[in-house]
Amino acid sequence: MLHATEIMGAKTYDPHGNFVGWVRELFIEPAEQPNRVAWYLLERGRYRPWLVRYNQVAAIAPGTLKLNVDERQLAPYAANEGWLAVGKDLLDQQIIDTSGRKVVRVNDLDLAEYAMVDGSAVELRLTQVDVGLRGAARRLLQGLASPGAIRTIQQKLPARTILWEFVNLIEPDPMRRVRLRITHQKLARMHPADLADIMEELSPAERQAIIATLDDLTAAEVMAELDERLQAQIVEKLDPEKAADIIEEMAPDEAADLLADLSPETSQEVLEELPSDEAEEVRELLQFDENSAGGMMNTEFVYVGEDASREEVLRWIRVQDVRAEQLDTIFLIRQDATLSGSVSVARLLLAEPGQRMAELKSEPMVSVPPETDDAEVLELFDKYNLRTLAVVGPEGRPIGAITVDDVVSRLHKGR
Amino acid sequence: MTRFHIRERLAAWSERGDALRHALRRVRRRLALFLAVLGPGLITSNVNNDAGGIFTYSLAGAQYGAAVLWALVPMGIALYVSEEMCARMGAVTGKGLSDLIREEFGFRVTFFLLLAVLLVNFGNVLAEFAGVASAMELFGVSKYVSVPVAAVLVWLLVVQGSARRVERIFMAGCLMYLAYVFSALLAKPDWLRAAIHIIPPVTRWVPHMREMVTPVPLESGYFLILAGLIGSTIAPWQHFYLQAAVVEKRVGPRQYNETRNDVMAGSITALTIVFFIIVCTATTLHATGQRHIRDAADAAAALKPLAGGWASALFGLGLLNASLFAASILPLSTAYVICEGLGFESGVDRKMREAPIFYGLYTALIVAGAAGILVPGAPLVRISVLSQVANGLLLPFILTFVLLLVNRRDLMGERTNSRTYNVVAWGTSLAIVAVTVLLVYTSLFAAHG
Repeated sequence: MLHATEIMGAKTYDPHGNFVGWVRELFIEPAEQPNRVAWYLLERGRYRPWLVRYNQVAAIAPGTLKLNVDERQLAPYAANEGWLAVGKDLLDQQIIDTSGRKVVRVNDLDLAEYAMVDGSAVELRLTQVDVGLRGAARRLLQGLASPGAIRTIQQKLPARTILWEFVNLIEPDPMRRVRLRITHQKLARMHPADLADIMEELSPAERQAIIATLDDLTAAEVMAELDERLQAQIVEKLDPEKAADIIEEMAPDEAADLLADLSPETSQEVLEELPSDEAEEVRELLQFDENSAGGMMNTEFVYVGEDASREEVLRWIRVQDVRAEQLDTIFLIRQDATLSGSVSVARLLLAEPGQRMAELKSEPMVSVPPETDDAEVLELFDKYNLRTLAVVGPEGRPIGAITVDDVVSRLHKGR
Repeated sequence: MTRFHIRERLAAWSERGDALRHALRRVRRRLALFLAVLGPGLITSNVNNDAGGIFTYSLAGAQYGAAVLWALVPMGIALYVSEEMCARMGAVTGKGLSDLIREEFGFRVTFFLLLAVLLVNFGNVLAEFAGVASAMELFGVSKYVSVPVAAVLVWLLVVQGSARRVERIFMAGCLMYLAYVFSALLAKPDWLRAAIHIIPPVTRWVPHMREMVTPVPLESGYFLILAGLIGSTIAPWQHFYLQAAVVEKRVGPRQYNETRNDVMAGSITALTIVFFIIVCTATTLHATGQRHIRDAADAAAALKPLAGGWASALFGLGLLNASLFAASILPLSTAYVICEGLGFESGVDRKMREAPIFYGLYTALIVAGAAGILVPGAPLVRISVLSQVANGLLLPFILTFVLLLVNRRDLMGERTNSRTYNVVAWGTSLAIVAVTVLLVYTSLFAAHG
């Protein structure tokens, strides 16, 4: 196994033993093959640099490279955006370790040698990324100690590596992302909260790059987990249409909180892009003070008539597009649409098929007007061990619901 | 007036009320935005007035009185320019200074730079604990009591607190610097005379002002003190700390204007405190001819017969606060910078298990710093002088990295330095480097000679 930093600066010789140049950079061409070193950049002092193709290399050892062709057969160097530069794009940069779910910095890269069948050439494949002390020690000692001595020292140090398959690169430039075949599918499969933690460690441009490539639903889930300043920062930089697509996937209370943090211009632009019913809901929520029940509540909740039977309710819910989080508690309304009580889904589950909803009501019925202070809301949750609290308008009709996760995040923030 | 009219008036009123409420809400949001961003600049600049700094300012006031006050404006500019670049880099790239150095200059450069930062900052930590020891000795507390207590307090502050609480405590620490303002007020200085001396000494050639302005003493000691003033205002660690704090606060390019104001406010308040310290010692020690003080606590003790026990106590309290403040920020910032650059997990919001190297470094710096001072007969004054020298040796390298990075278009986009700003920045940096080289040379020379 070789290391990228052992090849950087390697002296290169042609088959007759003549010196050709120093290796300055290794390029991977992801469009062609995902982890093979496709090109070696040879620096030749004041002469024009050359490129060595992977099949022109006869042998590689730390510090030296032997070609199987004459130097006249090498191509002159021209920059290519579709190549991944090992030195510039990977060494010392931050990458995402999707298996360990964190951001790490690259100390070195491990390369495996593959000899071709006819023995004429040797190619290098990137196998893993070194993020531990071994790579650090190697880079510190290179040029100061012999390669053999370095290898002995590093054997004694613990290895910390990440397989190349689990590495996710972060490239802010969208064009280059396409050319380098960088997708964030691995990221999209992570839990939104983990992904949000990772994003908090990245720079703004990198965060933007990740949000831009996620699908709207995943992006919305991740956004909901980010801290408020970051949410606002990200949305301010998205174009309003994409921002609206993401916000549309968020729960209305989260969307309203986010819009409240934006500059008035951006928030206006985003509202215009939202579908009108969604925009109306969010606008209504924006009317309330952030620290009141109205500011905490969500306008999406499930309500049924109090006379309905268990079976009717279940049938109705199945055909509705309801978020699982909203299904914790079902509100009951009277004929005149005023709130009469609530039924927890657990009780609904245990009930007999024919039972009426009114019989399953939780006692006592607790509800608050939207102006209620948030401290009072927290108190009610604590006192009655609530999971959902109804918010009622002036006529006694339910206008929103505060769920226990809103309470938890507020408690956590206020710490 | 008909009922219809009344209703219309009422509607108009409530509309106006709405408009007013909206306007109020907007003002509140603006203010909240500024307050949310406020902090890093204010804290960084004020921590510069640490134990070593206060000694230098007191000495300057004692030896040359008001004649050194004109240096405050150039000092403020130098402080602002060097800090603003780091704050800007933090806001634009979202990365810390050691991160950027690592990414752009490679592992080895970063490693040795961070090693130097570690050693130099350790020297500073020692100096801060020396400040705690001498300040508490003023109040009759032995260093064998004060230093361990301070070390434990400082350690707990970060390990037990969240990032937000730590910052709040630091902001409160900034307020404690007001002790110097009261101390100066108690010394009853001639404010008009002091104010005039802020203007460069060329005003001596303005008619009517001649009698009021002290002529500049053209002697080597005077220039040395000027160099010392500038040198103690700008320290290497503050660049790392400020940039990291800006990143941590999630300041983006859009909020950058607020952050710049924060840095500006920090530079101005820090220099205002320096003004009061110099004025205080100038009107008392300089005026009565006590021009030789050994350290900052010495200055506080000397104030007692001249300006009263209160002035002396406040001066000592200011010193204690400054030393404690710097002693809690320095180990924290050092641990941050090193972990960031070398790729270890870091941050106050992480658990000890998640970031062992970060907490290990932090703890080791505090323990070793406090233990160093507790060695019987530890040369407190010498330690503080040498730590300033070490700062001076490291500073040119840091400033060079900052200037190289801030002018990189691929990192900063449109936010690189403009040409005029570059002239000012390079000029300031060269001046700082020249001044610190002079200072280092003389301190080493004096130390050996």
